[in-house]
Order: sequence, then structure tokens, then C-alpha cells
Amino acid sequence: MEKFVLPKDKLTAFINEISKKYKVFAPVENKDVISFKQIKKPSEINLGFSNSKVPPKELMFGQTETLFKFTPGTKGKIDPAEIPDKKTVIFGIRPCDAKSYAILDHVFKDEYEDPYYLTKRNNTVLVGLSCTQPAVNCFCTSLDDSPASAKHVDILLTDIGDNYFVEVNSDKGKQLTKTMKTLLKPATEGDGKKKKTVEKKAAETITRAQKTDGIVDKLDDIFENSFWKNIAMRCLGCGTCTYLCPTCHCFDIQDETTLTKGARIRVWDNCMHAEYTLQASGYNPRPERTNRVRNRVYHKYNYYPKNYDIIACVGCGRCIDNCPVDIDIIDVVTSAGEVKA
Amino acid sequence: MKDNPYQPWLATIDDIREEVGGVRPIKTFRLTFQDKNIQKNFTYLPGQCTMISLLGQGECFFAISSSPTKKDYIEVSVMKLGKVTTALHECEPGDVVGVRGPYGNNFDVDGWQGKNLVFIGGGIGQAPLRSLINYVVDNRKKYGKLDVIYGARSSKDLSYKQEFAELEKRKDVDVHLSIDVAEDGWKKFVDFVPNNLLKVKPSPKNSIAITCGPPIMIKFVIQNLEKLGFTDDQIFTTLEMRMKCGIGKCGRCNIGNLYVCKDGPVFSYQQLKNIQGER
Repeated sequence: MEKFVLPKDKLTAFINEISKKYKVFAPVENKDVISFKQIKKPSEINLGFSNSKVPPKELMFGQTETLFKFTPGTKGKIDPAEIPDKKTVIFGIRPCDAKSYAILDHVFKDEYEDPYYLTKRNNTVLVGLSCTQPAVNCFCTSLDDSPASAKHVDILLTDIGDNYFVEVNSDKGKQLTKTMKTLLKPATEGDGKKKKTVEKKAAETITRAQKTDGIVDKLDDIFENSFWKNIAMRCLGCGTCTYLCPTCHCFDIQDETTLTKGARIRVWDNCMHAEYTLQASGYNPRPERTNRVRNRVYHKYNYYPKNYDIIACVGCGRCIDNCPVDIDIIDVVTSAGEVKA
Repeated sequence: MKDNPYQPWLATIDDIREEVGGVRPIKTFRLTFQDKNIQKNFTYLPGQCTMISLLGQGECFFAISSSPTKKDYIEVSVMKLGKVTTALHECEPGDVVGVRGPYGNNFDVDGWQGKNLVFIGGGIGQAPLRSLINYVVDNRKKYGKLDVIYGARSSKDLSYKQEFAELEKRKDVDVHLSIDVAEDGWKKFVDFVPNNLLKVKPSPKNSIAITCGPPIMIKFVIQNLEKLGFTDDQIFTTLEMRMKCGIGKCGRCNIGNLYVCKDGPVFSYQQLKNIQGER
């Protein structure tokens, strides 16, 4: 890993340099809400945030994406898919959200490669920003991660006072910083120590913890337990947790048409809705909210680890922050571990 | 990057046969790919599925009901039930559909060579079995005794009538048809499919039983197979779920950690007993 420091007053120049070759997405504030938007100039960026309200998942896996266009009808024809492949940088992504891409990669690479996700993924460089002030429901440290982990980004910036400590973690990252040698200075041992101190302090700020030891086997044992009914009784089935989750990947495919034009689109779907699994015959394998709440927890903490050897949660806390009835995935999983089978 | 798995190939409906009329009609559609190379390369095995779309209406996942021994076309048998299947039923020969696939796993036609096979089907559930039966019959010498048990509510609800008539003429296949309620002129078995199975009484020795049909039928067929001495690893079935992608990504067809589209649709009863999850 290459290590540099970037003086804070050179950040604008750093981003301007990136903008020459890449489309840049960065955290932008609009009506008190931080989200990742394409920027035209560095001054639009707001770095005073713990994390964005909505994860930057949509930059790889769009909420609504056109798969291809066609001429509708029974004599119709299909136009070849147009998949955007512009070189892109996501600037300021948090280590947890960067990890969510690493988790989603498993699904979108598995057996059948998903060209829409992977084309964007392969053309995107992640310039992460360490979390120095984790939010109240952050719990990445329970999931084998750190608020200042460079593991899943190409470049990681950490605020160490007058400078950003810059870790270049991949070939994509090297490619991007290649032309920035005038901005970046080699890091000293002292800079490295400063980063470690910042990381340690940030990790200590995280007060919430989820117990995930042995959770896969534990969930196997309590599938039929009334525990799930008790959790689900509070759930409204609104699906906020799914739309704000950086690792939820369910989607629907629909045809949208006018008389002469059509497009097959995919849109995020929501496993909390009964229609999600409703069959044309009227039969529904997951008719009750209990079935659906349990399926969501199992998908992340049992099915995903079984299939891909990783828990499909990054500990960002968004589902906790935004649940209208305060269902708390930290408590759900921790107390599931304590249920007597 | 490999081919785009979401983009269907175009195929022409060459022939449409009405299998069953009434309020829930079933039609079999014969499809040929517009691109001859695709037709040649679309190789599949019995049990596998395909995603069929009508441009502007949407896509549905169907078992391929033709046998891979027929290389010039594929067939799907479709019950008119929802939006896409209703639109499909309104199609005419010459109309164009989109086809993706083949998807999912298959019946173990190689591993079952030398074994006696018992096929137990009900209603539209016969579609994947038809592919398997025709495959096995086309490779008749490789398999032992064949018992085909099939039933429907009434004689009008039996699919593939012409093919069953041909099959009944063969000396090397035993066909056992049934209907649920007696009718004038029906001389074969009358009662539910699981009871026809008990009457036929196939031996479990060196045998495999494959059953597809309504869930309630499958439940009692499996109970009766167990009564006859079949073990869990000798019993196979196919499952269905609502699906969108067909390739294990859209999330909705899971039973536990398995996706029916990709890890199924064929499961042994032994497997099913060990999967925890709604179905």
C-alpha cells in the first residue's frame, strides 16, 4: 500500500485533478440531507457529515435502471442494451458503504455476471473518507470492519489534522494518483501513527455492539421460534429498512411502454411487501409479516453467510435510524443469539 | 464480460396446441429462435426452465416441456393465469416472443440410467415431466421399467392427450391415467393421483420416483411413496416460486439459502426435508 499526505488546502486541487478524467460523485447537502450527487465543482461537496441518509448503492445498482429498449408487441424487436461505462470516482464514500459493494459483488458476479452493475463497478474508483465521528447507531466494528478501514476502497483519506493521510490500496488507486505527485507528499511514520490514533479514537466512539458469534448456526436452530412473531408484531411492513440498506439487492423487472416504444426496466423491490412473493395462482409462500421479517434477517445473517461466507450487513445503522417503529437490527440479532432453542 | 443475461433472444411461435380448455386453459407453444445459431446452441436437459417474455407485457419463468432430443424447437406449456400468461394465450402462430435461458438444474438423466422410473404427474405439473418422459423414451434402452402415472380433475383437463395415446400403444411403457370424478365412457382409474399410485404399486427396488403437480397432490404422493418403501433419496420433485431474473439475483424465489431458479427447480425429497424456509 502506498502512503501519502495531502495538505488540506490542496484538497480542491486534488478533486479538480480527478475531475479532469472522471465523473465525480460526492456528498452534497440539500435541505439538511446529505446524499451522493454528481458534482461540477469541489465547493459543492460537504464533508461535515457522519454518513449520507441514503447509501451510495444506487450509483452501482440504480433504483430504476433501463435494461434495454424495444418495440412493443408480438412483432416487436429488441435494441441492444446501452450500458454506461464512463470512468467515475465516488469521493467521500465511508468505509462501511464501500464494504457494501464488496458484499454486493458476490451476488452480481455469481454464476451469471450482471453487466449493468459490473460495468459501473469496474469503471468506478472509490476514494473513501474515514469516519472520525461515527453516528449513534453505527456498529461496523461488530462486523469485522473499522471506521477507517482502507480494505474496500481504492484510496482512503483520513483527516489527521492539517493533512489528509492518503492510503492507496489498488491499481485503480495508483492510476488515479499517478498524476498528483505535486499534491501528495510521502507520508512519514509519524503521519501513520496519527492515522492509527484517529482510527482508534473513532472506533472507541462507537458504543453500540452486535453479537454475531455463531449467529449462522443459532439462526438455524430458532427458525420456528415465536421470537420472530414478537419482532414482527411491531413491523409496519413499510420497507424503509430495505430501501436504505446498502446491501439489499432485491429487484423487480417491469416493461414500460407507450404505443410504439418500450423499455424493460429494473427497480428496487422490497421483501417486506406481501406482493413480493405472491404467485399468479394467489398462493403466497410468505403471507405473514413474521415470514417476511424473519426472511430479511436470515437473508443477511444466515443465507448470505452460507452462500458467500460473509454477513450481508455493514453496520451503517441506517435501518435503525429510520425505522418508524424502532426495530433495531443490533438488538434483534443480539437477542436472537440468546433465545433458547 | 459475457453475454448480457437479461437480454432475451427473439423466437417465433410456430405452433400453438390447446391442451385444456375451460376457465384455466393450458396451451403448448412451439418456439424457434430467429437466429439459427442460437437454436443450435440452446442446449438443455429435462427439468430446466426458460424465461419467456412478451415485449411490453413482461416475463415469466416456465419449465421447458419439450425434450432436448427434439433439437429444432423448444416448447413451453402455459396455464392462463396472470398478466403475461393471458397475453401469451392471445398470441397466434407467427408472433414473436423473447426467450432467455436455459436456467436451473435438471433431472439426473445420466445418473438414473439403468433404473426403473416412476413418473407421477397432476394437471399442469406434467409439463417438466413431459420433457423427461419424452427424453427417456427417446433413449429407451438406457432405462429400466417405465411407469407413467398421470391424472387430472376430468378427462377434459388431461394435457398431452395425443402423446399419451401414442405412449399407451408402446409395450415398453406402462401408462396409468386417472380422473378425479367418474365420467360416462371413462374406463380407466377414477380417484386422486396418490391413490392411483397405490394401485399401480411400483416397486422401490432400483427405482426413482419423480412427481410434479399441485402441492397437495405432491404431499400425498410422497406419503404413499414412503408407504411403498421408497426412501427420501429416491423421490424427486420440482418447485416453483415467483421469479423475476431467473439467475439468482432478484431475491424472491429463495427457500432458505437456495434459489429455486438457480439451485432448483429439481430437488430430492431428502434435500427438501433439510431446507428450512417457506415454500
